[in-house]
Amino acid sequence: MKVLAAMSGGVDSAVAAARAAEAGHEVVGVHMALSKNRDQRRTGSRGCCTVEDASDARRAADRIGIPYYVWDLSDDFHDLVVEDFLSEYAAGRTPNPCVRCNERIKFASLMERATLLGFDAVCTGHYASIRTDGPAGTPSLHRSRNMAKDQSYVLAVMGPEAVGRSLFPLGEYETKDEVREEARKRGLGVSTKPDSYDICFVADGDTRGFLERNLGADPGEILDDSGAVIGTHRGTHGFTIGQRKGLGIQQPAADGAPRYVVDIDPSSRQVVVGAAELLSTRELIATDVVSFEPLSAGREVRAQIRAHGEATPARILEAPESSAAKPAHGPSLRVGLETPIRGVAPGQTLVLYDGDRVIAAATLERRA
Amino acid sequence: MVSSASASASASDSDSSRAAAPDGAMSADGERRAYLDHAATSVLRPAAREAFVEASLVQGNPSSVHATGRRARAVLDDALELIAELLEVPRSWLIMTSGGTEADNLAIRAVATGAVAADSSRTAVAVAATDHPAVVATARSLQALTPSIEARLLPVDDQGILQADRAADALADGAVSVMSTALVNNETGALQDLAALAAIARAHGTLVHTDAVQGVGHVRRPSWDDIDLMSLSGHKIGAPVGVGVLVAKPDVPFGTTSTGGGQQRGVRSGTLDLALAAAFAAALQETVRDREQESRRIRALARRLRDGIRQIDSSARLTLSEESPQSGHIVHVVFPGAHSDSLLFLLDERGVDSSAGSACSAGVTQASPVLAAMGLSEEDARGALRLSLGWTSTDQDVDVLLQALPESLRRARAVGALFG
Repeated sequence: MKVLAAMSGGVDSAVAAARAAEAGHEVVGVHMALSKNRDQRRTGSRGCCTVEDASDARRAADRIGIPYYVWDLSDDFHDLVVEDFLSEYAAGRTPNPCVRCNERIKFASLMERATLLGFDAVCTGHYASIRTDGPAGTPSLHRSRNMAKDQSYVLAVMGPEAVGRSLFPLGEYETKDEVREEARKRGLGVSTKPDSYDICFVADGDTRGFLERNLGADPGEILDDSGAVIGTHRGTHGFTIGQRKGLGIQQPAADGAPRYVVDIDPSSRQVVVGAAELLSTRELIATDVVSFEPLSAGREVRAQIRAHGEATPARILEAPESSAAKPAHGPSLRVGLETPIRGVAPGQTLVLYDGDRVIAAATLERRA
Repeated sequence: MVSSASASASASDSDSSRAAAPDGAMSADGERRAYLDHAATSVLRPAAREAFVEASLVQGNPSSVHATGRRARAVLDDALELIAELLEVPRSWLIMTSGGTEADNLAIRAVATGAVAADSSRTAVAVAATDHPAVVATARSLQALTPSIEARLLPVDDQGILQADRAADALADGAVSVMSTALVNNETGALQDLAALAAIARAHGTLVHTDAVQGVGHVRRPSWDDIDLMSLSGHKIGAPVGVGVLVAKPDVPFGTTSTGGGQQRGVRSGTLDLALAAAFAAALQETVRDREQESRRIRALARRLRDGIRQIDSSARLTLSEESPQSGHIVHVVFPGAHSDSLLFLLDERGVDSSAGSACSAGVTQASPVLAAMGLSEEDARGALRLSLGWTSTDQDVDVLLQALPESLRRARAVGALFG
């Protein structure tokens, strides 16, 4: 196959590209430039796609012996990921920009461009597995063998069609150390490069500061669950459902129990805080459903709502009528949870699993 | 010499020309590649390589007084005298540099600071809006000096030609110490009329600099009656990267921008590399000797490129009309609706080395300031392709491009439709 290897300049994507080339594919390395104003150097684990990262990717491609290009996807990234991140926060929701980037950039813009240019598949350094031995015989997305690194949650939104045009060679590795060792053996200079954390376009790691710089201060009131005003804030975008720290409330709760953000209403600029019980929910409602196989009411599944969270036993209560991978709008997926979970925030991604196989992804709405 | 035979080979005699071309013309797996990016870097001439190797064996510092030093000095002098003779200037006018960028820096920064020190009313420089960043960015940097030196950008018309009346306006107050324009534009190949501009400059006591790195070998050298300074670059004429020349008349004032042992009129200190000077001289010799014949040959190849492109795509727009003054070695064309990064990728994959001709900063495509100055909208400037020819170019290169173009264009337009 003709394969485009997305190369960030990190060790994972470099090893993935090397594996794809070794498997006999015709591989071309592509580094995505996602920002118009790129920093020259990276600082530790922060940020991404600096000029230094592009240079690391180029040298890895040289070592692997594949052609290398930089593709400018900065406009799409800004419009579809950064703007979405800001508008979601402005709407009192909690977005995951890495999910959006996979959904709209890596397995959309990049993949579409690659397809038009004659590529058969996109290869990335994600930790997930693709298997073709599933019930339908079509490619299915699974958790990686290395559960600590598993990224199937952030990939699920890509949908089944894109899975069929993807390669994730790292899904079979047991540990990150094996990946680093593989990089070292292949003489890839990035073998000791630190992993990336945080949101790549918030280079200093200060998400709240980033939001305030871009959305401006928009002061409002903090209420308790009885409706009494107990404080003020500089903007609802500084809060996320389930947040406990940094609320800036002077007087403690009557019962002395910790208080959490339980509701955010950007239209009235009000943030409501309350006891932990108010955060608990037994039911999830989600829209924009991307399904990998037919979903039917009553089906036993596991539900995960955070990238690094647990998947909890659940049952599908109501499923969208169409089993197509196209996003269905309206509250079309309802899932009941065996045990209540806390901190469900609108905008988060819900991923349903059957064992280690992804069966659907959707975006959480307000709680019922 | 093999190289001279190849350089003067006729268009039909492509095989002998190929035989002289270095290995780079073919990829490792024997695939024929078309190198159509001579404006970026041309191909090292065998004569330049031989001169380089020979001179690199010569020991000693040319400034030393002992026998070894004298021998080194003689080799350097041979090279400098040859360069001077080829350019028809006294040897004392030459200042060897590390390349075109350093030559441009000296011509703008050192001359502007030297001029204002000699005459405090010379508080500005004027450069073509389409000039290389080595000129434009240098001019702009002078505004940060104390006292500040103003950078005036001279507008061009839609064919990239400086507008004489606007240049006259810019020079009218007598504040401009040096006016600079590329002889041949590096993106489009537009050729300036330096005689006309010189007449304006002379009236205001303004010095004239031209960056001629793209012009040598393709167009007639401007008269020394019209210009005071000229920059040349080795790797554009088949010498190695890392050597260039600033030619400066003796009365040009230079401020101090670097200090050291005081070599080369104190303008550019540092020990000179005999090997690079010798290689430059050898490359320049062939370039100047073969100019008329080569220019005819390359223009014929460019015509085949243009005709072939028009046949493949009737909507293709040549940035310079065929009647406009131009060097002849650059074909700059806009394919409406095509995504130019993708076009480069697709052509590369099919064996063609070309360029979008636009400034590119770490992979993020910037709108070309040259095309913008010529009045092309950002939209129009998309889908730009620069094909540039040089001494190794053959009909076969044209064939490879014309064969690769239809499918590349089809796919680049499909990307353009999605990604604009």
